[in-house]
Amino acid sequence: MFVKQISVFLENRAGSLAGVTKLLGDNGFDLMSLSIADTTDFGILRGIVADYKRALTILSGAGYSAKVSDVLAVSVPDHPGALAEVLSMLSEKDIGLEYLYSFFRNHGDHALIIIRVDKPDECVKALQNAGIKMLSQEDLQAV
Amino acid sequence: MEHMIWNPTMECMPREQLRSFQDGRLRDIVRRVYENVPFYRHKMQGRGLMPGDIHGVADIELLPFTEKQDLRNNYPFSLFAVPLSEVVRVHASSGTTGKPTVVGYTSGDIDRWAELMARSMYCANVSKGDIVQIAYGYGLFTGGLGAHYGAERVGAVVVPISGGNTTRQLMLLQDFGATALCCTPSYALNLAEALERDGIKETKLKCGIFGAEPWTESMREKIEDMLHIDALNIYGLSEVMGPGVSMECMCKQGMHIWEDHFLPEIIGPDGKGLPYGEQGDLTFTTLSKHGMPLLRYRTHDLCTLTDEPCACGRTHVRMGRIMGRTDDMLIIRGVNVFPSQIEHALLQVKGIQPQYQIVVERKNLLDTLEVQVELSPENMSDTVRELEALERKIADSIASHALVSAKIKLCQPGSLPRSEGKAKRVVDNRKL
Repeated sequence: MFVKQISVFLENRAGSLAGVTKLLGDNGFDLMSLSIADTTDFGILRGIVADYKRALTILSGAGYSAKVSDVLAVSVPDHPGALAEVLSMLSEKDIGLEYLYSFFRNHGDHALIIIRVDKPDECVKALQNAGIKMLSQEDLQAV
Repeated sequence: MEHMIWNPTMECMPREQLRSFQDGRLRDIVRRVYENVPFYRHKMQGRGLMPGDIHGVADIELLPFTEKQDLRNNYPFSLFAVPLSEVVRVHASSGTTGKPTVVGYTSGDIDRWAELMARSMYCANVSKGDIVQIAYGYGLFTGGLGAHYGAERVGAVVVPISGGNTTRQLMLLQDFGATALCCTPSYALNLAEALERDGIKETKLKCGIFGAEPWTESMREKIEDMLHIDALNIYGLSEVMGPGVSMECMCKQGMHIWEDHFLPEIIGPDGKGLPYGEQGDLTFTTLSKHGMPLLRYRTHDLCTLTDEPCACGRTHVRMGRIMGRTDDMLIIRGVNVFPSQIEHALLQVKGIQPQYQIVVERKNLLDTLEVQVELSPENMSDTVRELEALERKIADSIASHALVSAKIKLCQPGSLPRSEGKAKRVVDNRKL
C-alpha cells in the first residue's frame, strides 16, 4: 500500500534546485508530485516519480545524497474540511504526521495527498478502517 | 605616570644579576627533570647530556625542545616531576585530538603563580581597594582561577563571575562597581557594546586585563574608547603556567616576561635561537615550577622580544603582540582549537566522512566557528527533524572533543574543496 518517494538533499544556494530538476528532466522523469522542506541552510526535495529505482541510481551517480522512503498516497474528497477530518482521525489514533504535500493531479473527484507518518502500518489500518482510499505506486502512474 | 611594582627586587633586578639568577635556577631545574622525569632523562641521555653539562643559560641550546605532542604522549601525569601526592591542582587545555593536555601544580607552584599574577595586577595598577570582575572561565581552563589568585594576593575584592551571561555581567558590573575587568578582549568589546546598547555611559572601570586570544592595537583603542579604561594585554598558557607568564605595564609597549620564572627564547624555522628583535616561535623553559617543569616548550606563537629598558623601571624583557601561529591552531573565543580535533570529533559520528571545512568569522565582535560537513548518502533522511538531529549530534561531538561550540552546516557530497595532498580545511575570515 506504500508509495515510494525519492528525496534529495540540497544546499540552500542559487541554482541547486534548478540543477536537480534539470538532471531529472534530462533523464525523462516526470515529477508527479513535489515538495520542498527548507531550513536556513539546506532543503530536502521530495517527489514521486514512476521509476524511483532508476531515479536513485541517476541522482546518486551525479553525487547527490538521495533516499527512497515509504509514504502514503491518500485519496481525500475534494471539498472543504475533508482533509481536516482525515488528519483529526489520525491524531486521535496518536499517529504523528512528519509531513504532507499534495499531488499535482486529482484522482477523479478526489484530491491526492502524500503523507509521511511515524507509524506507517497503524496509519494504513486506520485509514482503511475509516474507508479512506490509498493509492499504490501503480495506481499513481495511471492517474 | 605612576608605576606600581609588586616585587621591585625581582622585577627591577639589573639584567646581569638576573642572568646569574636564571643560571642557578636553570641548573636546578635540569637536575630535577633529569632525576624525576623519565621523558627528559631519556632525551638528555640520547644527546649524551648530563645535568652537570648545563652550567647556565648560555648552554640552553644543548637542551631538547618540548612539544605539545610530548605532553599528549605522556598523558595524563607522566611529565610530573614530583609524586602525585605533592600535586594539589591539575588544569587541562584541549589537546590536538581527543585527550587534553594536563598540567600539575604543587602548592608552591600555586603560590608562585599567585605572585606572578599579583605582579600582573600591579602592572595595571590594580591593588587593595580595587574590585576585580573576573569574566574568564573558571575550571580546567587556567584563566579564571589564575586571575582569581592574583587579585586576591594583592588584596583586591574578587568577583568570580566566570565567563558568559552578559546580562548578569552588566548588572554586577554596575551594582558592585568593578574597577578592573579580566576577560578576553573580544568579550570586553562585547560587554562594551552591550553597555552602549543599554544606554549605560558610566562605569567605575579603570582598567582591563585582557588575554587568552590574539588582538590588535586598533582593538585596544576601540575598547579603551568605549569603556574609558586602560586596556592591557596579558599572556600565558597552561602548559607553562597559565595567565601571568607575561603582562603589559602601563607603558603599553609589550608584555614583560617574568624572567626569574620563565626563560624565553625565540626560535627560527631552522630550530636555532634568534636574537632580540627577530620574529620566531616563542619558547619557554620554566625556571621555578616543581609540579611539571618544562624545558624549551615550543608555544608556536610567533612574536619578537626586546630587552630595551622600559620606562616603568622593570628590567624583564618584553614580548610583542602575537603575530600568528607556526602551526594550524585556531583560537576561538579564547579556546585553542586544532583542525585535527574537529576531524577526530567528526569521525565519532556514524557515517560522517572526514570531508569538512572550518570557517571562522568574527560576528558582532565574537568569534563564530562553522563546521561544514558533507552529508553522506548513508545519513540522508527525508525529514528535516532527522537532519537537524544529525547536526546537533555533530555539534555535541565537537563540543565534547574540542571544547568549543560550533554551528554545523551540512553540504552536498563533493561540494567542499579538495586539493592534492593537504586539503584546505580552514577558512579564517576574521580581520584582526
